[in-house]
Amino acid sequence: MSTFLELIDVHKYFGDNEVLRGVSLGVEEHQVVCLIGPSGCGKSTLLRCVNALEMIQQGEIRLDGERVSGRGVDLNALRQDVGIVFQSFNLFPHMSVLDNVTLAPTKVLKLHQSDAVDRAHALLDRIGMWEKRDDYPDRLSGGQQQRVAIVRALAMQPRLMLLDEITSALDPELVAEVLTLVGELAREGMTMLIATHEMGFARDVASKVVFLYAGQIEEAGPPDQMFRDPHSERTRTFLRSIIEAKRM
Amino acid sequence: MSAVVSSSVTPPGGQRRKVSRFNSGLTRALIAEVGAVILTVFTWAGLRTFQNSLEIGAPGPQIALGIEIALGLLVLIVPAYGARAIVRSRQARHLAFERRILDARAAAEDSRDDVLWVVGLGLVAAIVANGTFFLAGHHARVRSVLFNWDLIWRFRVALFHGFVWNVKLFLVAEVLVLVWALFVAVIRQLPGRAFGPIRVIAIVYADVFRGIPTIIVIYLIVFGFPLAGVEPFASHMSPNTQLFWLGTLSLVLVYGAYVAEVYRSGLEGVHWSQSAAARSLGLSQWQTLRHVVIPQAVRRILPPLLNDFVALQKDTALVGLVGLAEILNISSILKSQTFNLSPVTGAAAFFLIVTIPFTRLVDYLIKRDKARTQAG
Ligand SMILES: Nc1ncnc2c1ncn2[C@@H]1O[C@H](COP(=O)(O)OP(=O)(O)OP(=O)(O)O)[C@@H](O)[C@H]1O
Ligand SMILES: [Mg+2]
Repeated sequence: MSTFLELIDVHKYFGDNEVLRGVSLGVEEHQVVCLIGPSGCGKSTLLRCVNALEMIQQGEIRLDGERVSGRGVDLNALRQDVGIVFQSFNLFPHMSVLDNVTLAPTKVLKLHQSDAVDRAHALLDRIGMWEKRDDYPDRLSGGQQQRVAIVRALAMQPRLMLLDEITSALDPELVAEVLTLVGELAREGMTMLIATHEMGFARDVASKVVFLYAGQIEEAGPPDQMFRDPHSERTRTFLRSIIEAKRM
Repeated sequence: MSAVVSSSVTPPGGQRRKVSRFNSGLTRALIAEVGAVILTVFTWAGLRTFQNSLEIGAPGPQIALGIEIALGLLVLIVPAYGARAIVRSRQARHLAFERRILDARAAAEDSRDDVLWVVGLGLVAAIVANGTFFLAGHHARVRSVLFNWDLIWRFRVALFHGFVWNVKLFLVAEVLVLVWALFVAVIRQLPGRAFGPIRVIAIVYADVFRGIPTIIVIYLIVFGFPLAGVEPFASHMSPNTQLFWLGTLSLVLVYGAYVAEVYRSGLEGVHWSQSAAARSLGLSQWQTLRHVVIPQAVRRILPPLLNDFVALQKDTALVGLVGLAEILNISSILKSQTFNLSPVTGAAAFFLIVTIPFTRLVDYLIKRDKARTQAG
């Protein structure tokens, strides 16, 4: 079986600024890959390229053996398979929680309203938010919003989830509830590519940790090795800076 | 006696905490009361002059006297508040004397509230008094030339017939503006190089028509098109119908340029990550617009859009200046016949009947919407 998600020598420019400089990366099915790296190294850009919110200029991205970058790709079909959750501004503020979750299943998958609600019911129950289904996002805490955003992506039954620093806009006490949910998904075998600053979390759930530096993969490996014994000096410096920042 | 406590709190060389001073506000209350009494007398004088003017100028409606008496009595509230302010601040003094300092301060605060009422209501009374003096001035000329109720009432039907044109103008123009402006806004939003030239045309259109005074656009189109024989505005229409459609065209061109900008800023105001979130769920470009961007844009668009519509409703009067028998035109004919501007005042009243409920409705919609989507 070939690699589930495969990036082959991906280059991405914003004008003259080369943000991804030849990234090659594989994610197997049921694997959780964590992307770490300093701010501006291209983590968000990489994730956005995977579900074609950004076009790449060179290289190729394959999902389950099929090319999903470049011309001729059915973007809507790709995005049904790949869910993404951003740092913030995920939920639609003019819709209730329930409508947020059922919108895509009814409009894209053409599910019956009642089937979509059933699906949403199961998912919202899981995160204890079914009671809040009629609330608007502004009334929810940041942690609740992010969990609803995850569940909304799950309602499309994606085969791959991309999470882009989904806890970094949250108050510290709300981080845990969101990470717990992601940890559960990982244990259930959801394939995920996660950009994160939460090193403890990465160590717990990741099958592989990838250190991105200035648009290139500096180093990749299993979490134990990456956190205990990184080969690259840059990785070491980065991890040290994170630890120091946490202490302060 | 507080040496033990203060020595631990105050810095070396610091002063002892002063006993805070107490002000009962009696002086303030007395001044307010004097002012209130003067204002009351002034207001009564104004009302009296007004009543007298009803006999010299054109007679006013019978209810005028009732309103005057009611106002004359209402104004007594102002000195009443002043009196209560005095009573309360004297109470405050008394309480302070008994060393009930917290109660004393509370009473002084009540007294101050009363003084604020005196100031607030006093301003209203001053406006009423000045208004009555103004209306009664110049031997009641102001009132009889501008606000002759009998004249307004006598010409109400003629004015109403004129106003029907205005209503038709703004109803038709508003519907057309909504569609036309959306078209222009969408053209400006079209992505890609291929649409560059048409985008430029849309920008030039918006700049040009927002930059010319509306009355000049109306002149050019309403006088120019028939003169140039532009079809289908040529002479086989009745004069008023022709004027109506040319006027509508002018208003649509001008207000289309404004409203296109309103649409555009509304669409651009929706955070880009909202589209990204929708697209990432697999919604198509059109579904994203329809379910995510437009509903959020409408909320932003509604207030400026409806403001533009109020302006459009008022600007329908400009079409009267080029000959349409709408309300301003009718009232200005009546003005020349009667040598009195009251018919024009009547025309103004017709506009208010439409525009005031409209603006209130807008405010209500905005408030309701806020209450629904924002944390309470
Ligand atoms: N839409 C854009 N247009 C131009 N430049 C962009 C755009 N988005 C990102 N960039 C640039 O690309 C680089 C990588 O940005 P990216 O957001 O991917 O970094 P990141 O690793 O996610 O950083 P962070 O940890 O702060 O989120 C940055 O230098 C950024 O300025
Ligand atoms: Mg980022």
